[in-house]
Amino acid sequence: MRVALFVTCVTDTLYPGTGRAALAVLERLGVEVDFPLTQSCCGQPQFNTGYRRETEPLVRRFAEVFRGYDHVVTPSGSCAAMVRENHPRIAARAFGGGAAGTAAEAAGVASRTYELSEFLVDVLGVTDVGAYYPHTVTYHPTCHGLRTLGLGDRPRRLLENVRGLELVELPGAQECCGFGGTFAVKNAAVSAAMGSDKARGIESTGAQAVCAVDNSCLMHIGGILARRGSAVRPVHLAEILASTDAGTVVDGTAAEGTPANGTEEEAR
Amino acid sequence: MSGGTFLGMPPFPEAAAAAVRDTRLRGNLRHATGTIRAKRAQAVAELPDWARLRAAGAAIKDRTLRHLDHYLERLEEAVTAAGGTVHWAADAAEANRIVTELVRATGESEVVKVKSMATQEIGLNAALEAAGIRAYETDLAELIVQLGDDLPSHILVPAIHRNRGEIRDIFRSEMGSWGRPAPDGLSDEPAELAEAARLHLREKFLRARVGISGANFMVAETGTLVVVESEGNGRMCLTLPETLISVVGIEKVVPTWRDLEVFLQLLPRSSTAERMNPYTSMWTGAADAEGADGPRDFHLVLLDNGRTDALADTVGRQALRCIRCSACLNVCPVYERAGGHAYGSAYPGPIGAILTPQLRGTASGLDASLPYASSLCGACYEVCPVAIDIPQVLVHLRERVVEGGEATVRGRRTTVRPARGHAAERAAMRAARWVFEHPAALRAGQRLASRTRRLHPRRLPGPGRAWTASRELPEVPAESFRDWWRRERGDDGGGREARGEREARGERGGDR
Ligand code: SF4
Repeated sequence: MRVALFVTCVTDTLYPGTGRAALAVLERLGVEVDFPLTQSCCGQPQFNTGYRRETEPLVRRFAEVFRGYDHVVTPSGSCAAMVRENHPRIAARAFGGGAAGTAAEAAGVASRTYELSEFLVDVLGVTDVGAYYPHTVTYHPTCHGLRTLGLGDRPRRLLENVRGLELVELPGAQECCGFGGTFAVKNAAVSAAMGSDKARGIESTGAQAVCAVDNSCLMHIGGILARRGSAVRPVHLAEILASTDAGTVVDGTAAEGTPANGTEEEAR
Repeated sequence: MSGGTFLGMPPFPEAAAAAVRDTRLRGNLRHATGTIRAKRAQAVAELPDWARLRAAGAAIKDRTLRHLDHYLERLEEAVTAAGGTVHWAADAAEANRIVTELVRATGESEVVKVKSMATQEIGLNAALEAAGIRAYETDLAELIVQLGDDLPSHILVPAIHRNRGEIRDIFRSEMGSWGRPAPDGLSDEPAELAEAARLHLREKFLRARVGISGANFMVAETGTLVVVESEGNGRMCLTLPETLISVVGIEKVVPTWRDLEVFLQLLPRSSTAERMNPYTSMWTGAADAEGADGPRDFHLVLLDNGRTDALADTVGRQALRCIRCSACLNVCPVYERAGGHAYGSAYPGPIGAILTPQLRGTASGLDASLPYASSLCGACYEVCPVAIDIPQVLVHLRERVVEGGEATVRGRRTTVRPARGHAAERAAMRAARWVFEHPAALRAGQRLASRTRRLHPRRLPGPGRAWTASRELPEVPAESFRDWWRRERGDDGGGREARGEREARGERGGDR
């Protein structure tokens, strides 16, 4: 089984700890993971802002980079949704006709692309990844994972099997956090109002951490929580799953502003 | 007294920002939409075949839209055969002219109205007023909007932005100048408010000789029009006056009587969370015999006003399936905070964001901003009873705004120019695409950001301020993931990268 990690541009650049955590979980489960360095971005920011033509080369690149793999795994619900839902459409429109090969290839790669929790539960058939995370956590289902991919209870099932972790319900969990890509700056007032309501809901749970499968949403939620002076920290699902009683796999990056190991923040 | 106007409103973000600051408005909306959301979910969950009903609703609408000309002609024949008269209106001005002339011909200077989105869309009340004809709204919420010299902010509950206290104040101060005044000592109890409205309106119903309505559905095979409502005011307006004029968008036609079976299940559960709505009025043509019930004179004004333009757009046309249930508004987190007025048309919320730019075009700042009035969370698509993929249409319309392209405008195939004010964004998107196509450049950028990370400001100037005004920036890590991988798993990755780069370059041929 040839598995590639598509780390996403946001995680690559801002949250490398999440990438290392995803890698650690997969390798712990015996999966051999490759990271093709020619990968970049799925094109979601461009496409969702209306720049379909700027997206086309990125769709083609994605297909070229990942075509040789049986599975592409990504720690992002919205990037997985972008690839699965939109890459085939974009490719069919751009490369249909003459270059039918590229369109078919893009559709094929898209169908083999999984968000991390989907890959763990559906492909590997695992819900207990042997993680240990002794904290109270609330889970925010991000919109594209929830509605486009239909992740359902997969992330929850993974969290429920983490030893030491207490999962608390988030009120209004299914409501959007207000990130929405360029929406966050184009409609900053509404985005911030949505984010503040989400932050209040998170704080009301008494959880120490809010977990999600998308670092972009966590960047927005975490930015608002931090501005409110809140002690709740955003943490990506992969980082919880990577943690074991031997400590967190992503030690080192935790101090670099990545939402990860909680021990030192516990002191606060 | 015809209420305000949506003309000349600012782009969505400005109006929405003002609404966000209005805590009373936010409170009213949160309460109202939160309640109906939960009820709708329950009403829908009761039907085990909801998914199939929804698919059937979408399929019936799609098939009808594909053969719209055919079904409209059948409808015209059936209505005419039943004693009605059909008029065709290409745009708002023509529809208003037709209705004004029809009212004038009756010699009346007052009409009663059933709540109707189409007549709001064309601004009929204002047009009638300019011709010296007064239109009385008879739906409770619409009455509140009219008396308050206000604009509707919701499809189903036009006064959703008002609370009980505000409504009492409006009734007390305004009812008198429109007819029967509010009873003395009126409180803000819902039952008392409803009774005050009932007494006020009863007078109008009994006096009116002309009624104006829209319709939820028109059945092509029989020529029957259908109005679905909750208060009974519609039934009054549709049956008591001698002349009835219905202004209906051409997309409201369904082929057969049987098709109603699907929509009369989808609509009430989605809109009011009821299994069945209290009043379903259906009429076919005009009452022929002396003493027969219903209007003796019936006119149907079929309204295009941009609909055939939308129909020409293969992605956008699904917006014409809409049955105006308002479920998408009720579930929309942006609508809940921005309020209905920010959308600048009779159609607020997610459906307005995809319908208005298609009906009116994207030339104005407001209309060009509407496709961006969404975080693309997809909650609207999930609840839409006719499965309109609103996020897909939003993104499609965003493309029209920033890249321009082919579109049908007023019946003519035209090349739309990109909207103004997107030059910097376009340049940034191109630059980003270039960087993402050149991983070496991406890596260089990441390294530069990492090296200078201690120098990064906490608050950004320019467009970045929109981010840092309410959120902290993430800290840039010391090392990107790809650099970590190269360092840790070095040779392997490097070799692969070189190979991948070569492949990518070779495959891409003439591309930059
Ligand atoms: S778009 Fe769908 S959910 Fe929204 S009003 Fe129309 S039918 Fe209802």
